[in-house]
Amino acid sequence: MEPSLASYLALSGILFTIGCVGVIFKRNAIGMFMCIELMLNAVNLTFVAFSRYYGDVTGQLFVFMVMSVAAAEAAVGLGIIIAFFRNSLSVDVDDASILKN
Amino acid sequence: MVGTALFFLFAGLAIASAVSMVYHKNPLYSAISLVGVFISLSCIYVTLAAPFIAAVQILIYAGAIMVLVVFVIMLLNLDEDKPLNRLKYLYALGGGLGLILLVQTFFIFYAVMRAQNVPADQSMTAGKTLSIGQAMYTEYLLPVEIVGVLLLMAIIGAVMLSRRLAQPQLELVVEHELEREHQEKGLLN
Repeated sequence: MEPSLASYLALSGILFTIGCVGVIFKRNAIGMFMCIELMLNAVNLTFVAFSRYYGDVTGQLFVFMVMSVAAAEAAVGLGIIIAFFRNSLSVDVDDASILKN
Repeated sequence: MVGTALFFLFAGLAIASAVSMVYHKNPLYSAISLVGVFISLSCIYVTLAAPFIAAVQILIYAGAIMVLVVFVIMLLNLDEDKPLNRLKYLYALGGGLGLILLVQTFFIFYAVMRAQNVPADQSMTAGKTLSIGQAMYTEYLLPVEIVGVLLLMAIIGAVMLSRRLAQPQLELVVEHELEREHQEKGLLN
């Protein structure tokens, strides 16, 4: 007997919520970045679960696309974090307030 | 039965790692916890009969992306998060927002629960590398090409962002260019 589709979706919802709360609570830009990766993974889990329960390969292809976007995001996002660190010697998002002053 | 047991084992592992990722103040501990989430999700993909996605999950997420993140953490020599100087009620606000989101997701999934609840035919080939490759290079060729362009743009963007030109150096480059242009005009005349 296999777990039902709803249990996979529940796991995905819990992981997505943890990631979302992490983005709200973290002050570190890299921590926020990792929480976003967690949210992307939660969505990937729903794709694979639906792909399994409907017997369609499309869901797994979209997981592949999400992974490519995550890789692109990692390259550009970490580049931005390094550039920001060079200017302000910090990765705290509260220090990214040049526009405010 | 074994499938259910494995699911609950790895689901518990994934949730515990995710909570530990958000809880830890040290970014390196967070990164290692995130690797734990990726590996347990990869095991869940295996139980969902998606071995290709499981392998790619380990290769790309735990292999490539996390190495990049850990590399940046080490490079910037980050210390722990400073204590919060934000207003305290924002904590409650964030927790409340998270709770609302959780209720919303479960509400959506409650509607889904009535849908098809038995896995498709076991003999289905969905999830095999062959069927994924066939779909990728026939039906979904255009999205794959677009992803290729996206990755190229990301590479160029990353190089542009992390290129370092200090201010005096930049002025030197500009001066050099202006001088060369001037000389070329002189040659033409």
